[in-house]
Amino acid sequence: MTASAIYGLMAEFETPTELVEAAKGAYAAGYRKMDAYTPYPLEEAAEAIGAHHNRVSLVVLVGAMLGMVGGYSLEYWVSAVAYPINVGGKPFHSWPAFIPVTFECAVLGACLAAVFGMLALNGLPQPYHPVFNAPNFVRASRDRFFLCIESQDPRFSPSDTRKLLESYKPEEITEVPY
Amino acid sequence: MAAPDILPPKGVRPPIIGPGQTFGTITDRIAGIVLTKHTPIFWVAIVAISLALFGMLQTAVGYLLVKGVGIWGITIPIGWGFAIVNFVWWIGIGHAGTLISAILLLFKQTWRTSINRFAEAMTIFAVMQAGLFPLIHTGRPWLAAYWLFPIPLTMGVWPQFRSPLIWDVFAVSTYFTASFLFWGIGLIPDFATLRDSAKTLVVRRIYGMLAMGWRGSAKHWNRYETAYMLLAGLCTPLVLSVHSVVSLDFAVSVVPGWHTTFFPPYFVAGAIYSGFAMVLMLAIPFRYLYGMQDFITLRHLQNCGKLMLATGQIVAYSYAMEMFIGWYSHDKYELAMVNNRLHGPYSHYYYMLILCNILIPQSLWLNKVRSTPWMLFLVAVVVNTGMWLERFVIVVMSLQRDFIPSSWGMYWFTKWDMMIFIGTMGFFTLLFFIFIRLMPAISIFEMRNLIPQAKVKE
Repeated sequence: MTASAIYGLMAEFETPTELVEAAKGAYAAGYRKMDAYTPYPLEEAAEAIGAHHNRVSLVVLVGAMLGMVGGYSLEYWVSAVAYPINVGGKPFHSWPAFIPVTFECAVLGACLAAVFGMLALNGLPQPYHPVFNAPNFVRASRDRFFLCIESQDPRFSPSDTRKLLESYKPEEITEVPY
Repeated sequence: MAAPDILPPKGVRPPIIGPGQTFGTITDRIAGIVLTKHTPIFWVAIVAISLALFGMLQTAVGYLLVKGVGIWGITIPIGWGFAIVNFVWWIGIGHAGTLISAILLLFKQTWRTSINRFAEAMTIFAVMQAGLFPLIHTGRPWLAAYWLFPIPLTMGVWPQFRSPLIWDVFAVSTYFTASFLFWGIGLIPDFATLRDSAKTLVVRRIYGMLAMGWRGSAKHWNRYETAYMLLAGLCTPLVLSVHSVVSLDFAVSVVPGWHTTFFPPYFVAGAIYSGFAMVLMLAIPFRYLYGMQDFITLRHLQNCGKLMLATGQIVAYSYAMEMFIGWYSHDKYELAMVNNRLHGPYSHYYYMLILCNILIPQSLWLNKVRSTPWMLFLVAVVVNTGMWLERFVIVVMSLQRDFIPSSWGMYWFTKWDMMIFIGTMGFFTLLFFIFIRLMPAISIFEMRNLIPQAKVKE
């Protein structure tokens, strides 16, 4: 079997501590194309595989700005341009009265950007992914911790990578087919 | 059924999760409510009753649409009546969900974990009931779209952005959307758990689609956590803004009893007060019926009780200030408002309000009351009754007697008012129990975080 015929090698661990140790070891050995799978957010695991920074905050900032500018422009255009009505002698462009809606629109834009931006950056929805081919992978959403070193990694070799993973005493190592 | 509640010895606080839980037992217990083929008999009974009430709501709303708002008790000068009382009441109840999920998350209050999911669901369903009222109060809800939202039409008519009523539309619809997103993003990893534990193909496919291919990747969790924390940070000012804007519907007017600057914080405190009361009214039967005493422990109930006590004191202070400022202003209309509350034709509502919202909740000072579920449940019912009375006092008693005695009036609600009000309670309960049956009512992945095994050892 050539290296590219499989998606990667997956090691299964019983505790988060073992997973993080193995992930740190694999990172130190020079592997970069790998991912950890955990049943709950585990900050240490993301750090160990070198995925600490993300661009969600930037997307949210853009969403908030768009909402804010959009909300205020709408109010200005409606109240001063399209449909100017004199209310108690207030100026058509009465900005203090426009603040609440501007605020709400900014929050709305930011919330939509946070959720849909997170999903888009994660590549979800994704109907198929090779890791689900690993027989025991259903436990990744239950009580097991997985580390998958992908065959795309230049250092990947079925025998050496397996040896490295074995040195961390996983419950099981499986080859993940495409 | 889990073991009955045992209060630990004095000075020791009950744990936030029962002893002996593992990742597997947490998953099985919470997912088990959803994935079982066996629907409990109490579920069927509750859903049947709430379906009947929902039918009553549909009948009453249908008749309202045919006949018009004249079937209600609203008249001039009291044009707001039940519709607005109920709107403010429901939207207030909807405040605890986001408070629990956002503010308590930012303050790292881990006990929130087991109640945040269903509190968020409660928020969404309560806001749905709330939104119904202004809509049907227009009498012609099919026209409400262009009255409420800026929609380009050939008439060239646009909403009035200087009015708090339009701020309210934006605040409430943003709040609904944000709460829905917050709830939905929390459900994704749990849908993945249901997908992976499902026994039949159809169930697996349905939850699989809802989970959107979530696989628990560390890179995904990293972005997920950032998005979740940012949502919490965004929802915190949002939740405070919503009831502030609702209060401005009143405070921006000149009616005595409404025209006060302290309305926003007063309304927000009252909203959180009634929200926590509703959380208890749902959590206490839920943990009992489903045997969830290990996940929703006495600690949670005690903490909700304490939060009710604290917000209740703010509400009490606001009532005192309302009367004091009325007297201190020496404005004859404000004095008349104070006098009307104490001696007017609706004064019994005011005294009931003081009893329900200030006097009875003082029992929460006692640890015994905070640690006894049925007592806490009773106090919560009393508080929610009191909060409804508060809105009745604010809406009806202020409109009833304003500046000129010739324009004074009285308000009597009709059976249609009552049918719609009780109908929304049925609708709310119906949605809530359907939610419990189909989705994990406690966040599974966040609960896994609470047990000692979840920590990475150095």
